[in-house]
Amino acid sequence: LSKKIQAIYLWWHKPVIDRELLQSLPNLKVIANSGVGMDHLDLKLIASFGVKMANAPRAVSSSTADAGMALLLASARRLVEVYHIAISSSMDYCEADILGVEVAGATLGIIGMGSIGYKIALRAKAFKMNILYHNRTQRKAQEEQAVGAVYCEKIDSLLQQADFVMVVVSLTPQTRNLIGKRELELMKPTATLINISRGAVVDQEALVRALQTGVIRAAALDVTYPEPLPRDHPLLKLKNVIITPHLGIKTDKATYMITEEAVENILAALNGLPVPNEVLPS
Amino acid sequence: MWYHKPVIDKELLQSLPNLKIVASSGVGIDHLDLNLLSSCGVKVSNTPFIVSTDTADLGMALMLASSRRLVEGYEMAVSPDTEYFPADWLGAEVSGATLGIVGMGTIGYKVAERAKSFEMKILYHNRNQRKKEEESAVGAVYCKKIDDLLQQSDFVLLAVNLTAQTHKLIGKRELELMKPTATLINISRGLVVDQDALVEALQNKIIKAAALDVTYPEPLPRDHPLLKLKNVIITPHIGSATKKTRRVMMEEMSESIQAGLAGLPIPHEVL
Repeated sequence: LSKKIQAIYLWWHKPVIDRELLQSLPNLKVIANSGVGMDHLDLKLIASFGVKMANAPRAVSSSTADAGMALLLASARRLVEVYHIAISSSMDYCEADILGVEVAGATLGIIGMGSIGYKIALRAKAFKMNILYHNRTQRKAQEEQAVGAVYCEKIDSLLQQADFVMVVVSLTPQTRNLIGKRELELMKPTATLINISRGAVVDQEALVRALQTGVIRAAALDVTYPEPLPRDHPLLKLKNVIITPHLGIKTDKATYMITEEAVENILAALNGLPVPNEVLPS
Repeated sequence: MWYHKPVIDKELLQSLPNLKIVASSGVGIDHLDLNLLSSCGVKVSNTPFIVSTDTADLGMALMLASSRRLVEGYEMAVSPDTEYFPADWLGAEVSGATLGIVGMGTIGYKVAERAKSFEMKILYHNRNQRKKEEESAVGAVYCKKIDDLLQQSDFVLLAVNLTAQTHKLIGKRELELMKPTATLINISRGLVVDQDALVEALQNKIIKAAALDVTYPEPLPRDHPLLKLKNVIITPHIGSATKKTRRVMMEEMSESIQAGLAGLPIPHEVL
């Protein structure tokens, strides 16, 4: 059987692609990933076996942007907390305990303005948010104007001004622990951190301390490291944290489109044609 | 007047001979007997426009939370029993779906503006059709018959005020017209929906889910079936519950009271 396998469609990082597996599959031509993140793959190792790699970048962007907005709104309006109050067996609550913070007129700082980041900007604009962004490169002027986004070459400037910081970068050696103690302390004490990228982009221990001591107001995390977190992890107990189970692309539509993209990539590779979403080791 | 308390009835009005003005918080005035108040020479004010943005935001928050199963997902993420996240756990996409807005006033229109950025297809039902430019600005299509909206929408959002005409606007018939994959979102008033019919519809999978910021009564009795249904999100009437908006509401109410006591024209008077 192992000689027949020419393609792997990787679903949620399984199977693990290591040297042993690659050596056992001599006719493997392509690994198609479900989703856009490739941080779980050793790109150089795979390339050294002559195997092509592809991801599914287009299918994920709307669902992930929607999830980012869902988390931003849920955190701002304390949705999870007030839901528990609404259904609790006791209805004693103080009015002041259920007030949230305004989204309209607030400043959103987007870190990572790729396809997903840009879709978030389009949505945030409709909510009348002021938009700042930090990115490796500045976007074109028309793209900035279309969403009213202002470029912050220095991440510090974004962190100091934003009421909501949305992290939307891919995980690379440069972005690992991008948000640490220093960055959290630059943020406003009234600010919210939203992470829809990868758990490892945030220094989790620093985040816990920042949330416990009021250095920032709240966090909403669709991604953590690891997933799921150990059941005794402090993040699970903090009142000002919403955690969701990496649901960024978990919709019927997105999973269908991801599979379509993966199949396109696989068929192209098997037919010796250019692979539409080929990912090369950098 | 905050959150409909105290209850303004004949007895209360008779006991307060010098009452000049009732300043009500929020935009809804369905809890006030305007004729009775007017006959006692008492003026009424509300805080109509300040609540609209936060309420529209909440409508969007509920739609997103419901479709992406945010509350369930949170519970899975923090539950002591969770060992892994199942691969087949999916929500429904908001981007590109069809939103039907019932009641296209200030709040309904703000919801449309937001939904447009999610590339949603927007249908609306209203007493009157909006101007063409207003429709084009959000890409909204008018449904003169509510049935047309109900049959085509993936999300039905209620943003009407409560009147004799909108009382139980959404009942068994309307719920059965909705798609079995549709979600009902209510940010208007609990009485706009026939709650018993809603419970049945949710239990029998006539519709997929509901997200309610308003119920009747508020709060619901603790043994009410709505509190136990997995496919329901309930929030405690927080449409306008942000620090900034509440402060402005109080400022507006104070302004109205001061004007009323001074015999001056009352800002936000309800006639």
